[in-house]
Amino acid sequence: MIIGRRSVPRAAAWCAAAVAAVALSGCAEDAPQTTFRPVTDFGILINEIFVNTFWWTMAVLVVVQAVLLYIVVRFRARPGQPKPKPVHGDVRLEILWTLIPAVIVAFIAVPTVRGIFATQQAAPQDALVIDVIGHQWWWEFRYPDYGVVTANQFNLPAGRPVALRMRSADVIHSFWVPRLGGKRDVNPAPARIEGEEAVRYNWINFTAHEPGWFPGQCAEFCGLSHGVMRTMAVVQEPAEFEAWVEAMRTPVEPAPGTVEARGRELFTRSVCIACHTVQGTTAAGVLGPNLTRMGERWTIGAGALPLSRDNMAAWLRDPLAIKPGTLMPGAVREGGGMPATNMSDEDIDAIAAYLVSLRGEGVRLPAAPGQVPAGADAIPDPEPAAQPAAPGDDIL
Amino acid sequence: MATAEARVHTSPGPRGFWREVWSWVTTVDHKRIGIMYGATAIFFLLVGGLEAILLRTQLALPENEFLSADLYNQLFTMHGTTMVFLVGMPMAVAFFNYLVPLQIGARDVAFPRLNALSYWVFLLGAIFLNVSFFFGAAPNAGWTGYANLTAPQYSPGLNMDFWVLGLQILGIGSILGGVNFITTIVNMRAPGMTLMRMPIFTWMAFITSFIIITALPVLAVALFLLTFDRFYGTNFFVVAQGGDPILWQHLFWLFGHPEVYILILPGFGILSEIIPTFSRKPLFGYSVMVYSAALIGLLGWGVWSHHMFTVGIGPIGDAFFTISTMIIAIPTGVKIFNWLATMWGGSIRFTTAMLYGIATIFSFTMGGISGVMHATSPHNLQQHDTYFVVAHFHYVLFGGLILAIFGGFYYWWPKLTGKMLDERLGKWNFWLTFAGFHLTFFPMHFAGLLGMPRRVFTYFEDLNITGLNLLATAGAYLTAVGILLFLINVVKTARSGVRAPENPWGAFSLEWATTSPPEEVNFRTIPTVRTREPLWLEEEAVLAQARSESAAPIHMPPPSWWPLVLASSILLTFCLVLTNLWWPPVLGLALTFIVAINFALEPTH
Repeated sequence: MIIGRRSVPRAAAWCAAAVAAVALSGCAEDAPQTTFRPVTDFGILINEIFVNTFWWTMAVLVVVQAVLLYIVVRFRARPGQPKPKPVHGDVRLEILWTLIPAVIVAFIAVPTVRGIFATQQAAPQDALVIDVIGHQWWWEFRYPDYGVVTANQFNLPAGRPVALRMRSADVIHSFWVPRLGGKRDVNPAPARIEGEEAVRYNWINFTAHEPGWFPGQCAEFCGLSHGVMRTMAVVQEPAEFEAWVEAMRTPVEPAPGTVEARGRELFTRSVCIACHTVQGTTAAGVLGPNLTRMGERWTIGAGALPLSRDNMAAWLRDPLAIKPGTLMPGAVREGGGMPATNMSDEDIDAIAAYLVSLRGEGVRLPAAPGQVPAGADAIPDPEPAAQPAAPGDDIL
Repeated sequence: MATAEARVHTSPGPRGFWREVWSWVTTVDHKRIGIMYGATAIFFLLVGGLEAILLRTQLALPENEFLSADLYNQLFTMHGTTMVFLVGMPMAVAFFNYLVPLQIGARDVAFPRLNALSYWVFLLGAIFLNVSFFFGAAPNAGWTGYANLTAPQYSPGLNMDFWVLGLQILGIGSILGGVNFITTIVNMRAPGMTLMRMPIFTWMAFITSFIIITALPVLAVALFLLTFDRFYGTNFFVVAQGGDPILWQHLFWLFGHPEVYILILPGFGILSEIIPTFSRKPLFGYSVMVYSAALIGLLGWGVWSHHMFTVGIGPIGDAFFTISTMIIAIPTGVKIFNWLATMWGGSIRFTTAMLYGIATIFSFTMGGISGVMHATSPHNLQQHDTYFVVAHFHYVLFGGLILAIFGGFYYWWPKLTGKMLDERLGKWNFWLTFAGFHLTFFPMHFAGLLGMPRRVFTYFEDLNITGLNLLATAGAYLTAVGILLFLINVVKTARSGVRAPENPWGAFSLEWATTSPPEEVNFRTIPTVRTREPLWLEEEAVLAQARSESAAPIHMPPPSWWPLVLASSILLTFCLVLTNLWWPPVLGLALTFIVAINFALEPTH
């Protein structure tokens, strides 16, 4: 049976329309993890290389598909047609369509190879080094120059070279904040040899050009909750960044008698401090995320829930129900080899209130990732009479 | 002179059900083994397809709770493992088995009992892998099984035990099959069939088999290292003991990239038979097609680290693998141009098989184009491990292999069953599958570039990729409907199909010179060939020979149950590894050795 002759072009038109609709729906939206709008020199450079490849390959694609379409329409069988001429090949044509792609490949390969070397240069001396440590399933950020440690959300200055020095504490992860540029695997570090720096790092070096909140997430499958291992890069003007560093070293003191003060009391007396640190308190655990200035973070549990007091309470009650594989015990369920905390709802709410209160005055979070929050200029709101914490080798 | 029926070992008698089953279990006939491979692969295509439908249902909406994270991870791991090892490869082997002896004018493969062994090892390995579901412990660390996530510390439980042992079992079957096809093609071609007169599909089987016997052992090495790490306390991939998880990635992709060509070259072979037949023109640039495939097979060994641009192998390594990967696009492009030139000036009949063939060129080209985009390694740092990559390899493997295989079904089904598949249902099957495929995977390009990593059990609404995911899920359902129509077509035509003549499509290669379905001996007399298109250029002479009774008695190998026994013994040995003790598998090996001796010494005359 021969298919109706109009079907093929009609189907092709249908496909093209569908493709166009998809393309428009994809690009029209504001996707905060888009690779198309990088804000760093690194991201912009690799995008330029991609655009070069894109247009060369699109040209090839369009020509090949157009020829295919032409052939399908032009050379369909017609009644009474004589048997076609049995052509077995043509050496000149073979050479031609070997050479043309070879030339096109050269036009793609040269800028690509140049880009490989350009993007893998060592970071400049004055770069801000941030240690990125992957954990199942959260991110740890350490600022060795400042003695600051944070988790899942990290701040960095615009206009200054930044070097992310990355390793994993367990399995292979991949650190990816698309608008800052490409991802790199976060590999487990080989054993530290006595007196020698034997740790293998992967680096991402870049200079960010514009402030903003840029989300990202782990890109290498790393086990159960790989899908909920998000991060947020907060790019700030240099002065704001310096203020943030200062704020990170400045304890937030809840007013006496408040629910937050009671929360702090409960927090520092309970099992919480086995794993968590809040700078300026007795909580100094290092197994879990550092919770200093937790109230300035966009989410709880590396993206599991948006930050709010209620969500924090829900998280403390039963984190395993919210994020599979979480090592933290909840009030109602054991976790990470530790028994259930059996905390009352009232205590949970107090701790939640305390953790959410760990923020500067007037700090606002963005309504959606990728947006600069209305109160961004106010980030952070350093408290006066800050007593600088010892730039801690102890916490590194 | 006896008749063909009497010379073979199928004794007449009561045709009871169990007798029929027994005849299949003990068969060494390449056609029956091919059918069993194909039926098993189609079954697992449905299993892997069902897994895909479940995955897509979970991803239809953000923060969906249709599947748990744990189940999602098991399903995506098994979807990949199933589609590569239980569908793609065995489906190709099914076509090799059925067609290669017919295409080269042989009565069977070189080692018929080894062939049966390959099948039983494959079947038992496939069952072993999937039994894990009944333990609630299907593999869950991805089909690439990256160390050190697969270490007992991070993947406790049976899940990855099933995976590492199951793949090892499957690899044995594949390697034995590869040896068999190489020997068959080298030694058993019809008189006059020089290498450069072989049908192009057989050439692809030949090249693929070389890649199989060289690439699968690399996987075997990696799996052995992991097996010892998991069961016997070695530290090949244990960081704290100086082991290196990156070693796994190099070994895996050193196998894994040639594996891509193991999967795609058979698709190219099928395509290169369909396109000339329905254009009524010989294949354009036959020798270039052979050389380019050989070159792809060779270059395929030098591109593995393009799966590892984010790992940090340094600029020199990145530059090398970037250039080698881009170079491999050239012979691939040449193949596409030659298919186009074959159709150019032809007289194209749009049968379902040909529609699948054209759709394969259309879709595979798109997959090739996104492949060159991946090879742009600085930007690969954005694309890697995102849905852009998922889109790419489905365009290559679904668009390049699965569409070609469906074309192959429609093309060779009449030869296989003696019944024509229904063309009207076929058109529905084709258009729904084709539209569903593009609707599923095209949006994924955008989802990936807009920031969606692969292998995530959920995504969040604030990423603004919900619409794209919903489209992809709709496409997956559409594809499923399309593929179900194929099954309906098979059932319907088995009951009431039109009887197929010997050569329903007016094709040119030797398999069309025998009856549909072929007798057990394939050809009564092996025809002598003088050209590349015997049924177009020397039809009368070839047909006359194929139909005339042979002068000498034909010896066909007798059925044997040793292949199944040996395969069972191999399976048992690997099951004994699960004891975590060293001596039970050693006992299993001893048993396997004894059975293998019996297998080898079984009289076949």
